Amino acid sequence: MAPRTCALCESAKAMLKRPKTGQQICRDCFFYVFETEVHNTIVQSKLFQPGDRVAIGASGGKDSTVLACVMKTLNDRYNYGLDLFLLSIDEGITGYRDDSLETVKRNQQQYEMPLKILSYDELYGWTMDAIVSQVGRKNNCTFCGVFRRQALDRGAAMLHVDHIVTGHNADDIAETVLMNIMRGDIARLGRCTAICTQGEDTIRRSKPFKYAYEKEIVMYAYFKKLDYFSTECIYSPDAYRGHARVFLKELEAARPSAIIDIIHSGEAFEVREEVKATQRVQQTCIRCGYMSSNDLCKACTLLEGLERGMASAGITDRGRKQLESQGPAPDNLRTIPFFKLPLGNPTIAIESTS
Amino acid sequence: MTTISLKVEFSGGLELLFSNQRSHAVTIPSTDPATSKPTDLQNLIFYLRDNLLKERVELFVETDTVRPGILVLVNDTDWELEGEGDYVLKDNDEIVFISTLHGG
Ligand SMILES: [Zn+2]
Ligand SMILES: [Zn+2]
Repeated sequence: MAPRTCALCESAKAMLKRPKTGQQICRDCFFYVFETEVHNTIVQSKLFQPGDRVAIGASGGKDSTVLACVMKTLNDRYNYGLDLFLLSIDEGITGYRDDSLETVKRNQQQYEMPLKILSYDELYGWTMDAIVSQVGRKNNCTFCGVFRRQALDRGAAMLHVDHIVTGHNADDIAETVLMNIMRGDIARLGRCTAICTQGEDTIRRSKPFKYAYEKEIVMYAYFKKLDYFSTECIYSPDAYRGHARVFLKELEAARPSAIIDIIHSGEAFEVREEVKATQRVQQTCIRCGYMSSNDLCKACTLLEGLERGMASAGITDRGRKQLESQGPAPDNLRTIPFFKLPLGNPTIAIESTS
Repeated sequence: MTTISLKVEFSGGLELLFSNQRSHAVTIPSTDPATSKPTDLQNLIFYLRDNLLKERVELFVETDTVRPGILVLVNDTDWELEGEGDYVLKDNDEIVFISTLHGG
């Protein structure tokens, strides 16, 4: 087969077929169109204001590694005027997170961005290794998900950033749409396609890669020779998501536009106001000050269960009742430091570039 | 029997199925003994499955091609531009397999 010429510059050899359009383009045109599309997403959704302090949620995986590279490129090229930071959560998983954090530390040097690493151990007094040794491998992902979400907000507050950006890509969002449909979780279905979410007083979170295909993110990393970490978490991968992912990849193989089509379907659902209302954040946790829909936030409930040796307290109603029947929490119970939103200048130490 | 030498690379987590080794030097016959046609990329995928793959074949091959979600590059070019499995291999070609299914 004779080499084909790039459909855009009409001079260089085409090296990639774009999944969204079928267009055949060269390496340099690919970098340019990929970055420009992310820029257009950012501008059209008005994600940032000049002077914003923005943390990139960095796991060392492909999406956040490419996101850090693209955010730096666009901030320089279009003068966004953003202060960029890397924020990593160390769940305390030996042989998994400790290795991927090495990738993040290299990113810190390559992109000259300050890095903050916040560990579960520091915040909750428990590593995931310790949690798994107590609760086993059944509900450990619940702990990890709840703890990570809160840790990201707390890390962002420590950095005094206004905004967290994450590497969620079009494939991830399409997958989440499918999962919410299959679970009948209509309130989440209504929110999961939003490019930017903000609770009453939480830090903004957004997804600049909302329309970026995974294939292109991986090709971008490959062509730019970005190094990223790609080992699956050693503690039980999310099996349900795994099935949704494989199903989606099969759909994509048959018709590449499937991913964007599913996102559009998710966006097109009109969720009734009363369904949305049940999901709103109403109050703050009486123990730690974090946003919560009950007296105690999820993380405090899970932590109390761990500390009192009744890990199911934060997972099932029965577990919760059992814990309550054992009396109130002891005074010396380990708790999460009180959450305050940032005001003024940051006072915490960030990792030094050395 | 004439042979061709290839450099084969696995990444994105796929290397875990191949002795946790990213780069492999592979020598295969230049024609497919069953059909006497020149060896193509599909022959290579079967060869890798039968000779190099250490575990969990279903994570690499599905029916007669790679599993959806695995990107293939031929000398740094997307194999979708090279005829995919029909691409006829040449001596010293570099073939890269990247899984997109692992972690973000
Ligand atoms: Zn071009
Ligand atoms: Zn709390």
